[in-house]
Amino acid sequence: MPRIGIFVCQCGNNIAATVDTKKVAEEMARLPGVVFACDYKFMCSSPGQDMLKQAIKDNRLDKVIVSACSPHMHEKTFRKASEAAGLNPYQCEITNIREQCSWVHHDKTKAAGTAKSIDLTRMTIERLKKNKPLKKINIPIKKKALVIGGGIAGIQAALDIAEGGREVILVEREPSIGGNMARLSETFPTMDCSQCILTPKMVEVELNEKITLYTYSEIEKVDGYIGNFIVQIRRKAKYVDEERCTGCGECIEKCPFKVESQFEMKLAKRKVIYTPFPQSVPNVPVIDAPNCPKIQKDKCGACAVVCGPKCIDFKMEDRIITEDVGAIIVATGYELMPNERFGEYGYGRIKDVISGMQFERLASSSGPTGGEIRRPSDGKTPASVVFIQCAGSRDEKKGVSYCSKVCCMYTAKHTMLYHHKVHEGQSYVFYMDIRAGGKRYEEFVRRAIEHDNAMYLRGRVSRVYEKDGKVIVQGADTLSGNQVEIEADMVVLATAIVSRTGADTVAQKLGIGYDKYKFYNEYHPKLKPVETVTAGIFLSGACMGPMDIPDSVAQGSAAAAKALSLFSSDEMMREPITAVVNKPTCNACWDCVTACPYSAIERDTVKNRDGVVVRWLAKVNDGVCQGCGVCVAACRSKAIDLKGYTDEQVYAAINAF
Amino acid sequence: MKIKLTKGAIENPLIRQLERVSGEELKRCYQCGKCSAGCPVTFAMEIPPSQIMRFLQIGMMDDVMKANSMWVCVGCLQCYARCPQSVSVANVLEGLRQLHLRKGEDREQIKDVPFPFLKNAPQQAIVCGFRKFVS
Amino acid sequence: MKIPYYPGCTLNTVAKGFETSAKEAALSIGFELAEMPAWNCCGATFPLTPDNLIALSAPAKVLSSARKTGESLTTLCSVCYNVLKRTNSVMKNDREKRAVINGFIETDYDGSLNVTHFLEILRDNIGFDKVKAAVKQPLTGLKAAAYYGCMLLRPFEDMGIDDAEDPVVMENLLAALGAEAIKSPNRIECCGAHLAMTNEDIVVKLSGTIMTSAVRNGAELIVTTCPLCQYNLEKSQSRVASDTPGYAGIPIVYFTQMLGLALGQDVDTLGFDKNIWDARPLLRKKGIIK
Repeated sequence: MPRIGIFVCQCGNNIAATVDTKKVAEEMARLPGVVFACDYKFMCSSPGQDMLKQAIKDNRLDKVIVSACSPHMHEKTFRKASEAAGLNPYQCEITNIREQCSWVHHDKTKAAGTAKSIDLTRMTIERLKKNKPLKKINIPIKKKALVIGGGIAGIQAALDIAEGGREVILVEREPSIGGNMARLSETFPTMDCSQCILTPKMVEVELNEKITLYTYSEIEKVDGYIGNFIVQIRRKAKYVDEERCTGCGECIEKCPFKVESQFEMKLAKRKVIYTPFPQSVPNVPVIDAPNCPKIQKDKCGACAVVCGPKCIDFKMEDRIITEDVGAIIVATGYELMPNERFGEYGYGRIKDVISGMQFERLASSSGPTGGEIRRPSDGKTPASVVFIQCAGSRDEKKGVSYCSKVCCMYTAKHTMLYHHKVHEGQSYVFYMDIRAGGKRYEEFVRRAIEHDNAMYLRGRVSRVYEKDGKVIVQGADTLSGNQVEIEADMVVLATAIVSRTGADTVAQKLGIGYDKYKFYNEYHPKLKPVETVTAGIFLSGACMGPMDIPDSVAQGSAAAAKALSLFSSDEMMREPITAVVNKPTCNACWDCVTACPYSAIERDTVKNRDGVVVRWLAKVNDGVCQGCGVCVAACRSKAIDLKGYTDEQVYAAINAF
Repeated sequence: MKIKLTKGAIENPLIRQLERVSGEELKRCYQCGKCSAGCPVTFAMEIPPSQIMRFLQIGMMDDVMKANSMWVCVGCLQCYARCPQSVSVANVLEGLRQLHLRKGEDREQIKDVPFPFLKNAPQQAIVCGFRKFVS
Repeated sequence: MKIPYYPGCTLNTVAKGFETSAKEAALSIGFELAEMPAWNCCGATFPLTPDNLIALSAPAKVLSSARKTGESLTTLCSVCYNVLKRTNSVMKNDREKRAVINGFIETDYDGSLNVTHFLEILRDNIGFDKVKAAVKQPLTGLKAAAYYGCMLLRPFEDMGIDDAEDPVVMENLLAALGAEAIKSPNRIECCGAHLAMTNEDIVVKLSGTIMTSAVRNGAELIVTTCPLCQYNLEKSQSRVASDTPGYAGIPIVYFTQMLGLALGQDVDTLGFDKNIWDARPLLRKKGIIK
C-alpha cells in the first residue's frame, strides 16, 4: 500500500473563498492509501514548503499531492521540496483547484467548489498511485550559436555572444549586414547619425574571429533540438569569389546596366553588380542575376574583364552548407506595408508622396541627394511638407490594428531634419495621438513643435491630390473642429511596420509560433520576452513586433545572454516527460512519425545476429520530444505511451471520477 | 461650454436607440477626424461628422438632434469608405433623421417643393428627397 | 444576345437620351438591352438604417421578378445599380432579413441574380478591345473627364465595380473610343444629389468644384453615369460661371452618348438635344460630327 500525503492550499482567499479546503482534506484522509491530509493558507510559502518536507519525513510518505494552483505555477516548487525530503520528484503531483475550480465558481456556500475539488483530488490520487519514478534527461550542448538576421538586433546578439567567448554564425539575406538601420539618416532622440553608430559595429562583426558571417544566405532547414540543432544554410550565388575579391569596385564602375535600388527605396539606381551601400560589410559586390545580361543571355561580361584578381564566376551556383549549433537567435526584422493600399494618399500615382523610409534616404548624407531635401518629381526643395502619421497603422479596415510604435518619434525627427536643412520651410504633421513613451522622447517631440516649427494638427488626412504642381492635402484638425486644406510640395507617409514577407515560412522551419500579423511569439509577454516555445530558440528585435533601436539592441543582448547561459554548462537537464515506444507492439505504420510536430520520432531497425534487418519500429528521440502526446493519440496499436501520463494513469484517474 | 457628465447622461436611452436603428456602435469611433476631413458637406454642417460621433459618445443627444448636420448629409459614404474603424457616420446621421421622421417630424412639406423642380428634376431626386426629408 | 435590362424611373423620362443611346450602342456591338417586364421603382435610395426593411421590398421585388426570367440584370443609372446591388447582397447574405422581405412581398428570392452595370458588360463581357475595334468615328482630340460620383463606387465592399479611390473603368472606355481621358481629382466626390430639392447652394458649391476642377485639368467635356449627377452639374453651370472668373461652362453628357457617337450612330438619335448645355458645337469643332 502506498503512503500518500495530501496538502490542500487555501491560496489566501483565492481558493478558500469558494472551496472548503479543510473539508477537502478531511474527505481525502478517508481514502485508502492516504496516510496524511491537511490544508494550509499558502503552500508555496517557505513555511508551507517546510511543512510538506516535515510531513514526508514524519509520516514516511512515498507520494504527495498538492491541491493548489495550476502546475504551470508551482509544480517545480513542490517537486523540488519533495526531492529535498528524499522523494523522487515525479512522485509529487499537483491538482489544479484554483484556475480550474475556485476561480470559475462564485458559489459562496462553497458547495460546488468543494465537491469539484474533492473529485479532482481523488482523481489525482488514483493517477499518482500508478506513477513511476522518472529520471531527468541529460543533453549535451554544442556551444555555438546561430543568429538569423544581420540588422542591429542580430549584430548586437552576435557581438555579445562572441564577447562571451563563444562561436557565432551570423546569417544575412542581403549582400551586406546593417538591415534597416543602415538606411536611416539620424536617430531619435539624440540625433546621432545612424551609419556613424552602426558601421563600427558592422566592422566589429567582420573582424571578430569568433563570428562567421554568411551574407546573401538564407536558412534552408533546421533539425535537432536545444543544444543540438543541425542547420542547413543556402549560400546564394554571389558570382564573385569572396575570398579573392579585394573590394576595389572596378567591376561596379564598369557595369553598364542599372536597376532601381532597393536600398535607396527606389529613389536612385544601382548597377547590376553592386554592393547595397558604400560601407557594406562585407565589401564584396554581388551580381543581381535576374537582371544581368551575361548570366541571362551571355551578353556583356564587362565586370569580369576589368576584375584584377579575376574573381568573377558567372557559372557560380547556390551552395548548401550544414552547421551544428546549440542555440538559435532569430532577428529577422521588419518591412514596411505597401503604401499603394491607401488610394486616398495617392502614393505611387503622385511622385511627391513618399514614405518615411524614403525621407530617411533624402535626409541621409549618403543618400541620393547627398542629404539635401529635394522632392522626387522635379528635384526642387519643398517649401512645405505634410507628414501623415498612422498611414496603415491603427487602421483595422485597410491596414493593421496595432500601433507601429516608432512613427511618432521618427516623424518628429523628420520635421527637425527638414527644419535644419530647409530653414524657411514649413512642416505640418497630422497625428491621432503622440506616443512618445521613452526616455527623453516626449521632450524630443516638444522640441520639434516649439523649436523646429512643426505645426502639429490632430486629425487624419482624407485625401491627397495634385493641383498645379502642388500636392493638395485635405485633412481635419479635430481640436479646432475645422476641415484643413494644405497646398504642400511634398507629403511623407509614416508607413505601418509589418512582418517580413516569408516570416511564416521561416517560423515553420524553426518550429516557433507567430501571431496573425506573422510577428513571432515570445514564450511569455512579460516574463519570457526573448524565449520561444521551442527550447534553445530565442528572439530579438522587430521580428516580434514594431520596435525601436534601443529596444532592439536591448533584446539582442538579452537573447545573447540567454544563449550564453545555456552554453555555461556542458550538459543540460530536461524534464523526462517524453513518449516511449513499446517495441513488441509497434507495427511500424509510421502514423506517429507523421503526427509528431517536433520530428522527434525516427524509423529504427531491429537486426538479427547477422546484421540483417528483421523489422522496423518507431523510436522516440528523448532530446527532441516535448511530451505533447500527439503520437500517443495517433498510434493505432497503442504502442506509445507518455511517461508521467501513461494510459494506465489516465484511465485510473477517469475511473476514480 | 461646460457640461456635466453623469452615467445617466452618457447612457441616454435615445442614444442607445440610435445605435439600434443605425446599426453603428458609437464607441468604435476613436476620433481620428478622417470623416470630417473628407466629407464634402462638412462646411455646411453645424456640427461636423467626427464631432457628431463625439457628442453622441458623451451623451449630448439634444445638441445633435437640433443641428442641421443630419439634413445636409447626402449619404455619399465617403466617411465610411475611409474610416479606419469601419464606422459609417452616414448611417448614424440617417438614424438621426429616422428618429425625427418616425415621430412624424418632417423636414420638408411637399407643397413647399418648387414646381419647376418637380417638373424638371430626375424622378430619382424627388423620390430620394422625399425619403430623406418626409415621413 | 439579349441582356435583361432595368431602366428605372428616370431613364424612361427625363434621361431618355441616356437610355436610347445605350440601347443603340448595344445593338451596334451585337447585343440587345431587353427591358425586363413589369418593373417598379427601386426606391432611389438604399436605406442606411439596417432596420428599414420596408425600403428594401421595392428593389427586392424587382430582383425577384428579374430572376424568374433570367440570371442577370443590367442597369445604366448609378443609383439603380447601387440600390439593386446592395439589396441583392442583403437578400443573398442575410438569412433573417431575406425571410422577412420574402414574406412581405410574397416571393422566395435568394439573391442569386447577378446585378451588373452596363459599364461592366462592356468591360467584362464584351471587352474594351472589341469596343475599340467597333469604333467607326473615333473621338480623336476630345479631352473628356470621367465623373463617377458616389453611388457607382461606394461602398466598395458591395459595389466592387472598380477601385473606390482611383477608378479607371470610364477612362479606359473613353480611351478605347479614341478620346483623351482626363483624370480630375474630384471625379469621385459627391454632386449634392437630392439636396437639389432643398439646398441648391450646397449643390452649386459641390458641382462647381467638380466642374472647375475638370476644366482646370484640361477637360472639354464631362462624362457621367448618373442622371442626377448630370442634372445637378448642368443646372449649376450658370451660377458657377457667375461665381468663377474664367469659367465658361462645360457640357455634361452620358457615357453612352459618347459611346453611340463613336460607334457611328446618327448624332440626332443620341439625345444631345435633351441636354441643357449642348455638346454638339464642341463636337463639331473637334470634327467628330458634321
